[in-house]
Amino acid sequence: MTSGGVATGRLAVRHRLAERGIDRQLWLLLPALAFIGVLFLYPFLYGLGLSFQPAEGGFLASYQAFFTDPYQVGTVWNTLRLALPAALINVLAAVPIAHRMRGRFRGKRVLTTLLVVPITLGTVLTAQGLLNYLGPTGWFNRILLSTGLVDDPVRLTNNYWGVLFSLVITGFPFAFLLILAYLSGIDPTLERAAATLGADWRQRFRRITLPLLAPGLATTFCLTFVLAFSVFPSAILVGNPAGETRVISIAAYQAAYERFDFSLASAIAMVMAAVELGVIALVLLWRSTLYKGSTGGKG
Amino acid sequence: MAGLLETPTRPVPPSERHAQGAPRHRLVASPAAWLVWGAVVFFFVNLAGIVGSVLVSSFGTRWFGTWLPEGFTTDWYGSAWEDFNLLQVVLVTLQVSLLVVLLSVLIGAPAAYVLARRAFPGKRLLMLLFLLPVLMPPITYGIPLATVLYKYGLAGSVSGVVIANLVPSVPFVILTMTPFIEQINPTIESAARMCGASTRALFSRILAPLLVPGILAAAIIVLVRTVGMFELTFLTAGPTSQTLVVKLFTAMSAAGIRAQQGVDAMAVIYTTTMLVLLVVALRYVNPTQLVARVREAPED
Repeated sequence: MTSGGVATGRLAVRHRLAERGIDRQLWLLLPALAFIGVLFLYPFLYGLGLSFQPAEGGFLASYQAFFTDPYQVGTVWNTLRLALPAALINVLAAVPIAHRMRGRFRGKRVLTTLLVVPITLGTVLTAQGLLNYLGPTGWFNRILLSTGLVDDPVRLTNNYWGVLFSLVITGFPFAFLLILAYLSGIDPTLERAAATLGADWRQRFRRITLPLLAPGLATTFCLTFVLAFSVFPSAILVGNPAGETRVISIAAYQAAYERFDFSLASAIAMVMAAVELGVIALVLLWRSTLYKGSTGGKG
Repeated sequence: MAGLLETPTRPVPPSERHAQGAPRHRLVASPAAWLVWGAVVFFFVNLAGIVGSVLVSSFGTRWFGTWLPEGFTTDWYGSAWEDFNLLQVVLVTLQVSLLVVLLSVLIGAPAAYVLARRAFPGKRLLMLLFLLPVLMPPITYGIPLATVLYKYGLAGSVSGVVIANLVPSVPFVILTMTPFIEQINPTIESAARMCGASTRALFSRILAPLLVPGILAAAIIVLVRTVGMFELTFLTAGPTSQTLVVKLFTAMSAAGIRAQQGVDAMAVIYTTTMLVLLVVALRYVNPTQLVARVREAPED
């Protein structure tokens, strides 16, 4: 807003802009915008540029190195094999539990707190606990052995299962909280109206709750998938980081901090982002075909 | 755990409590209810096993191939505190998380206000831009970000760790606070304007007091996330700027050098800290309020 130009002319321009929703209040966006630009977009584009500047070879050499090495390409599959089931289990397990948790009852706060507690465990305590509890001499195998259910200890750590369990434990609270929130946003009187019209609980869930909840389910799936897809510490600690749980973040980390090949590391990071955003785009595409609008109070 | 989907075999106390507590909801334990609460109990039993084994191990003397350790001691906590230089680590963790909370609220809250109240060209694009850092795995932008920070000599210090942690935190503040601001009736602002309040007065006298729950919710979520954020801190921290999670990871992946129980003790310290934070958080924040306005069934 410097001087110059006829005052009335400036006023007219400002009026016209304000009609389109642009005025001085939008300056409030500036700090956040500048922040995202400098610390997220710039590094990301820098990394994108770096991935096309390998130390040797053509500009696609880093991607070539990744996609022609089966040990590296396999990490994509390893990650998806962990992240998709983990996200699915979390969402599917959270729906019935959250459904029971609606409304008011005594001890609700305590139960919610208990269900959310695994957030506090962190990946390392979960990993340590899984190693202690599910390990060959842990309590779980001792119980199985002493009840005679199995003859040899079940191997559940340092392989695929250990990482999957760790992902479910750390991801479930998020899924539960989100779904509980979406469910609480659905107007309970809608279900009551359906009940007065003679719908049993199965019909009420299928015809009323599920359609209203579906967009929330899609969002929750995306967020828990993101959490599971970026699995890194637990894949190293409770998994088999050289074999079946060598996930893509381990590949990226090793390229950057063990081989100091930042071009390859950036290329792997870009592949990781592309795969993840691809899955999310598919889910959101499916979501866009669903009922849109407020989740409650559509009279 | 996968056990969540299994059939229960033991009695289910929560459902009884549930049925007693709210008879007017007519949620008498049906087979489906038994199944759900049974799965919850199964989950908790295994969770207790996981947490319990770490807890017992951290207090145990020598534990190998038996149900319980041979004896109990609290020595591991003292030696872990000294061996891992935990006082310094805890101070760094506090410093980093408080700075991240403060800065992310300061940067994010004004943007959240505009996004909640205004319609303007390019708003959807902007929302997508703010959503991206939350949707991306930290490693994907963490590695380029760490490279850039190293280039400018910022990585390896507390400020580098703070900057890296701000990247997902600012969008999180925006996403958390937008619904809170939407819930404030805009006519209150109009009334204040009509009475002659300037924009600054509007923010400090009208909006800020009404927004305290939203700010608190955002701050606590960011705090919990920052204390637990592994990847970004791991990629940018130097030896003196490690937070508790990173220290734990490095201690555990270098296992064999030190006794297992020392790591267990440190993990217990970490979890206790997080638990205190979470309990405080849940006292002030109703987590379900974050996504949508809660709709409770009307009283009969």
